[in-house]
Amino acid sequence: MSLLYMFSFPFIQRALIAGVLVSLCAALLGVPLVLKRYSMIGDGLSHVSFGALAAAAALGFAPLSFSIPVVVAAAFLLLRVANHPRWNSDAAIAVVSASSLALGVLVISRTSGMTADVDNYMFGSVLAMSRTDVILSAAVCAAVLALFILYYHKLFAITFDESFSRATGLQADRLNALLAILTALTIVLGMRMMGAMLISSLVIFPALTAMRLFRSFRGVVLCAAVTSVGCFCAGLTVSFACSTPVGATVVAANLALFLLACGLSALGRRRSR
Amino acid sequence: MEKTDLIACRNVSLGYEGQSVLTHLDLRVQSGDYLCVVGDNGSGKSTLLRGLLGLLPPQSGEIWRAPELRQGAVGYLPQQTQAQRDFPATALEVVLSGCLNRKGLRFFYTAAEKTQALQNLGKLGVLELKDQSYRNLSGGQQQRVLLARALCAASRLLILDEPITGLDPAAAQDLYKTLAYLNRTEGMAVIMVTHDLRPALRDAGTVLHIGRRGTFLGTPQAYLASPYGRRFKEAEL
Repeated sequence: MSLLYMFSFPFIQRALIAGVLVSLCAALLGVPLVLKRYSMIGDGLSHVSFGALAAAAALGFAPLSFSIPVVVAAAFLLLRVANHPRWNSDAAIAVVSASSLALGVLVISRTSGMTADVDNYMFGSVLAMSRTDVILSAAVCAAVLALFILYYHKLFAITFDESFSRATGLQADRLNALLAILTALTIVLGMRMMGAMLISSLVIFPALTAMRLFRSFRGVVLCAAVTSVGCFCAGLTVSFACSTPVGATVVAANLALFLLACGLSALGRRRSR
Repeated sequence: MEKTDLIACRNVSLGYEGQSVLTHLDLRVQSGDYLCVVGDNGSGKSTLLRGLLGLLPPQSGEIWRAPELRQGAVGYLPQQTQAQRDFPATALEVVLSGCLNRKGLRFFYTAAEKTQALQNLGKLGVLELKDQSYRNLSGGQQQRVLLARALCAASRLLILDEPITGLDPAAAQDLYKTLAYLNRTEGMAVIMVTHDLRPALRDAGTVLHIGRRGTFLGTPQAYLASPYGRRFKEAEL
């Protein structure tokens, strides 16, 4: 097949490996985040990581070693905000998102000018993945898989009912913090390829698609992981074949699958009536 | 059956950020007791439950909890959240999560835990729903599944926070019957916060009224005769 030759390019190989790992992480983490109504946190984090990357470039720091701590800190902050009973968490997260986006754009316009950089950060580039990114993605992916294998039942419990879990002695705060850190890392790693505007869909879409199709939590988790990886591979291939931006193509693939799942579940419901 | 203490509050004050919601509360719950907590909105009923569950340390006084409760063996039925209503999980998955308090770092539930979960589903008459998705169940069925989960977590004390919210009258009656059954035949102690006064007066052994103008603790009959209760009685008639 003529498309197979795309894998002879080293940048495509790196993008494929890192992308598969990142979309796997994003999908797995996305299930508890979406079910706990924390989808906005994923979105907020991607904007913060945009700001952090811009600042890192301006200050001359290595992009990852600067933005990872910033985004992890932001993840803790957003989690606190989302759980605070008296704050309007929706508004607070929107404010944090917009502010970091604005700061990022300001920093870039003062230093390198609003050109290719902003475009790359916003909408991603298939060329962005370096060897370090691939290695880091593998490490984060291993951590996410370990979390899901070792703490699967506890994750289910805190996702389904945090107050019950706390009452029965589960350390919900620790698990939430772990989720926040891993989400932050996944977003930082994925955003330069997928784009700051688009990375959050990698967290949200697979969970939504899987929720349409499966009725058990286990089914949803597995289905989300499979659809996410599948959509990434399809998106990358199409983007190479048609020379479209990779982030947008992957999101389009996710959207198509989501609509298909909606249709299937509507059909299933009609038939069961 | 010999009665043992499950929870004892001595001169307890509870509240948030230095502000006390409840003050000078003395309360003792023993095995087999049935305590209804009633009171106005915002009077601190849920705060009291958080204190009894060990989620909120008392500002003063002491809440003594039986050793098994401290290890998380509490059958708690929280108020349902909006997020739960469309949650993709089978009824069995939900009920099994009640067994978590006995679990270390293990990947699978043991056969004994699965049997217990199925038994509790059966006890509440929803065994045939075990593979159904939680979000497709009716409000009453969901509440039974959550109650089965609570039974998995504990065998001696159930703490329920407004369990009939969102249930139609028939489902609410069913739930009360189930609670009365568990209380009488299995010696399960029940602590229930409710706005619905009828079960408090019919099934409960003790009523705790929390109001802005003081608390009342006593039998349902004494409660009805008290100034707090008389108001409700007039409203009922």
